[in-house]
Amino acid sequence: MADVKVAEKSGITFGKKERKLLTDPLSDNNPITVQVLGICSALAVTTGMKNAAVMAVAVVFVAVLSNFFTSLLRNSIPKQVRMIVQLVIIATLVTIVELTLKAVDFESYKQLSVFIGLIITNCIIMGRLEAFALANKPYESILDGIGNGVGYGIILLIVAFFREFFGKGEIFGAKLIGPSSEYLVDTTTSTWMGWYASNNLMVLFPSAMFVIGILIWAHRAWKPHLVDIS
Amino acid sequence: MHSTRSVITFVLIMTFLVALALAGMYSGLKPIHKKNEALYSKKATLSAISQYLPSNPADMEGEKVINIFTEKIEQIVLDMNGKEVDASVVQSAGYPGGKAENIDMAKEVKKPVSNQLLPLFKYSKDDGEELYILYVRGKGLWDEIWGYVALESDLNTIAGVAFDHKAETPGLGAEIKDNKSWYSQFIGKKIYQDDILKSVYVRKGGAKDDVYEVDGISGATITADGVTEMLERGLEYYRPWLESKRS
Repeated sequence: MADVKVAEKSGITFGKKERKLLTDPLSDNNPITVQVLGICSALAVTTGMKNAAVMAVAVVFVAVLSNFFTSLLRNSIPKQVRMIVQLVIIATLVTIVELTLKAVDFESYKQLSVFIGLIITNCIIMGRLEAFALANKPYESILDGIGNGVGYGIILLIVAFFREFFGKGEIFGAKLIGPSSEYLVDTTTSTWMGWYASNNLMVLFPSAMFVIGILIWAHRAWKPHLVDIS
Repeated sequence: MHSTRSVITFVLIMTFLVALALAGMYSGLKPIHKKNEALYSKKATLSAISQYLPSNPADMEGEKVINIFTEKIEQIVLDMNGKEVDASVVQSAGYPGGKAENIDMAKEVKKPVSNQLLPLFKYSKDDGEELYILYVRGKGLWDEIWGYVALESDLNTIAGVAFDHKAETPGLGAEIKDNKSWYSQFIGKKIYQDDILKSVYVRKGGAKDDVYEVDGISGATITADGVTEMLERGLEYYRPWLESKRS
């Protein structure tokens, strides 16, 4: 865990420690495949790559800014109510994301609506505030937020890729394999690999569980030191 | 350790600042939200007649959708007796816009049936024929489903449908919205048999009638039954108006 207090240094530098803050959550300390956090949203929003990308951007935004504000206020937040304060910070940022998305991309907002709100309960974000931002300076906290947000987003996109490709034969909504809806109405229009029947299971939630499970296995097979044999 | 007084002060100041920021943002963005919502429901309305439009309404520019609405569509609001009502009645029902597009059907279906208002959209095709778009709303497996049904000018033949849902299962119930080859079956079906309103039946296991039935969806029987029920009841609401027009 990257919960060790980073040595207090003055000024903004980018050395080995800072790089580790950014890259550790991408693989060796990935929030989803290693810490197994944030699984519920990884199940819910990975039916398509577009949804996963919007969700990833939203989580990076919330993770970075909530880490920053919590770290900025870390010496003035009363310890008795620190959880409540963290929740208020997260909830405020999530509401800002929701209002912005509703104004910018209404279709995505309609598809994601309830899951954007559920970022509030995403354990990755609160976990980082408790474990890191409360004990570190704003600059390091921002890096930690970027690292964890992106580490979460990458897994989301990988899962969404498999689910959308095999479940609908599409990537970012563009038809790649299997019969298109026009083909089913009029068979004279040709499609590439028209024989591929979309696997409906991949669109349903259980498939995300399988894909994440396989990812966790592959990740540990690739990096055996992550295997936890307790 | 912080004293109780400082904890309370901190929380109060924080709450006040956060509330101020969010309230400001909410009212600042509200006009854009309203515009987006209105455009979204216009696109949904038009998707019932997408085969008569130059391109799919979902991919259309916002301006083009609004143009079609102002130039080619006449908006009518009906009461449950099939009579057209004035804009003032719609306004007093809580929709300041006073037009069919302003009616919030999610709110409307909670009223007693006899008080509900029905939106109706009349689309004039280039060849002078008219299409009528009706609105229906019902229950799927998990939550509400709704849709637009477009009728040809004979008020009998279906020109197109567009369904939507709140929470049906992707790949199963959600096919009512996503699967074009399924909802395209409705085109050309008829709702009247010998002057009796019959509606269209979604038949599990495959349609047994060419004119009044369509195939069900495997794995989505309850959603499909919901569509049958929604069409039957929804069209029944419009029956007084349909009959006054047909005779």
